[in-house]
Amino acid sequence: MSLRKEWRRARAIAWKDLTAERRSKAQFNGVVTLAVTILVMLGFALGPDAEAIRNAAAGAIWLAALFAGVLAFNRSYQMELDGGALEQLVLYPGSRRAIFAGKLLANFVFVGLMLVVVVAVGIVLFQVRIPAQWPALIAILFLGALGLVTLGTFYAAMASRSRARDVLLPLLLFPMLVPVLLAAMEATKALLGSNVMGDAGAWARLLIVFDVIFLTATFLVFESVIEV
Amino acid sequence: MSEASGTPLAAIDATGVARRFGTTWVLRGVTLRVAPGEVVGLLGANGSGKSTLLRILSTLLRPHAGTARIAGHDVVRASHDVRSQVGFLAHSPALYADLTARENIAFAATMLDRAESDIESVLDRVGLMAAAERQVRGLSAGMQRRLALARLILMRPRVLLLDEPYSNLDPEGIQLMNALIAEWVADGAAALVVLHELAPAANVLHRTVTIVDGRIEAERAAHLSLAAGGK
Repeated sequence: MSLRKEWRRARAIAWKDLTAERRSKAQFNGVVTLAVTILVMLGFALGPDAEAIRNAAAGAIWLAALFAGVLAFNRSYQMELDGGALEQLVLYPGSRRAIFAGKLLANFVFVGLMLVVVVAVGIVLFQVRIPAQWPALIAILFLGALGLVTLGTFYAAMASRSRARDVLLPLLLFPMLVPVLLAAMEATKALLGSNVMGDAGAWARLLIVFDVIFLTATFLVFESVIEV
Repeated sequence: MSEASGTPLAAIDATGVARRFGTTWVLRGVTLRVAPGEVVGLLGANGSGKSTLLRILSTLLRPHAGTARIAGHDVVRASHDVRSQVGFLAHSPALYADLTARENIAFAATMLDRAESDIESVLDRVGLMAAAERQVRGLSAGMQRRLALARLILMRPRVLLLDEPYSNLDPEGIQLMNALIAEWVADGAAALVVLHELAPAANVLHRTVTIVDGRIEAERAAHLSLAAGGK
């Protein structure tokens, strides 16, 4: 099947997932509520020290994105498991990479929207000034979300075959996400000005390398992960 | 035609297929051939291995022993080729509850690389045009079955693997199912149909195969099975 047709199939999967989510809204509301709750709890835990709060902002934002993301990744395959749709999906002719690309696209839009809310709440709650290099901040959020979603979508597919998927996904995902989240958090910290010694550019380059490696590896291996 | 013997290539050719779940053998060496243009009913008690055999033939499960071929393609080594030949109607309708009937079929059409004009025609064929804009969660079980059937029409399969296709269908739906099977078979397709009752499929069946404890115990012409009360 040609690349154009595969891309069409991937877009159809993403459209289906996002349409179903738009209609039910259950997942987005739940995920955003969890993320905001994490931010608020961290804000309270850090106390009234404005400097400490600002320093923790980047970590809090990415931590909230991580936990909320795990819920989203699990849900994206749960939709397929309900009513046996996953079996039908893998039976369609053509490459299974289109399934991965479609799921990745849908999860990226979903996590991206969640990050918009999380960052907005984080900026207000942690009293962070919007940096002059805000386009760079958006680029870091984009790269960090891409790494998070790539690994999350991949391991959620792997865990979807197991009855213990809710437990299995964090066990598989968290260790692999450490380099991505570390790079994203340090780059965000440097841009928000809470790490004056930090070099956002170096962390961003590292993030790009991780994203390229993880995207390539997961696309190559996905076929055998979803295979029966 | 097979190269060596000149006999027609079987649509389904399973030899000694076995499969276990954990330590329990569900299939214990099933050998079965279905020719193009033939409709075979697969009978047996619950847990006898009928659905497992269909899932192996559709490439959803791998056999632990034996070989199975669909139109000459091995279900393990050439699973991609098998999938383009097979239309599998599972026991569950495999639909997306939050999407409308039309959206479900439009999604299937994209995945199968079919034209948009096909969407209307298959919905019309299964009698769901009036319900096309309704979300699947609001459709009855019978209507969901018809929608799954519409997806099967889009597939244009050469080999049909149908797991209890008549369940939840009203008499009109049963007639529709039989008309479609007859059309496909007249066009050279083959069908293996899991059944608990023979009566709904009486008009289209050629022969029946009965599985008992993972083995084929009886094989006979459909009219003999019907005379024996479908046992």
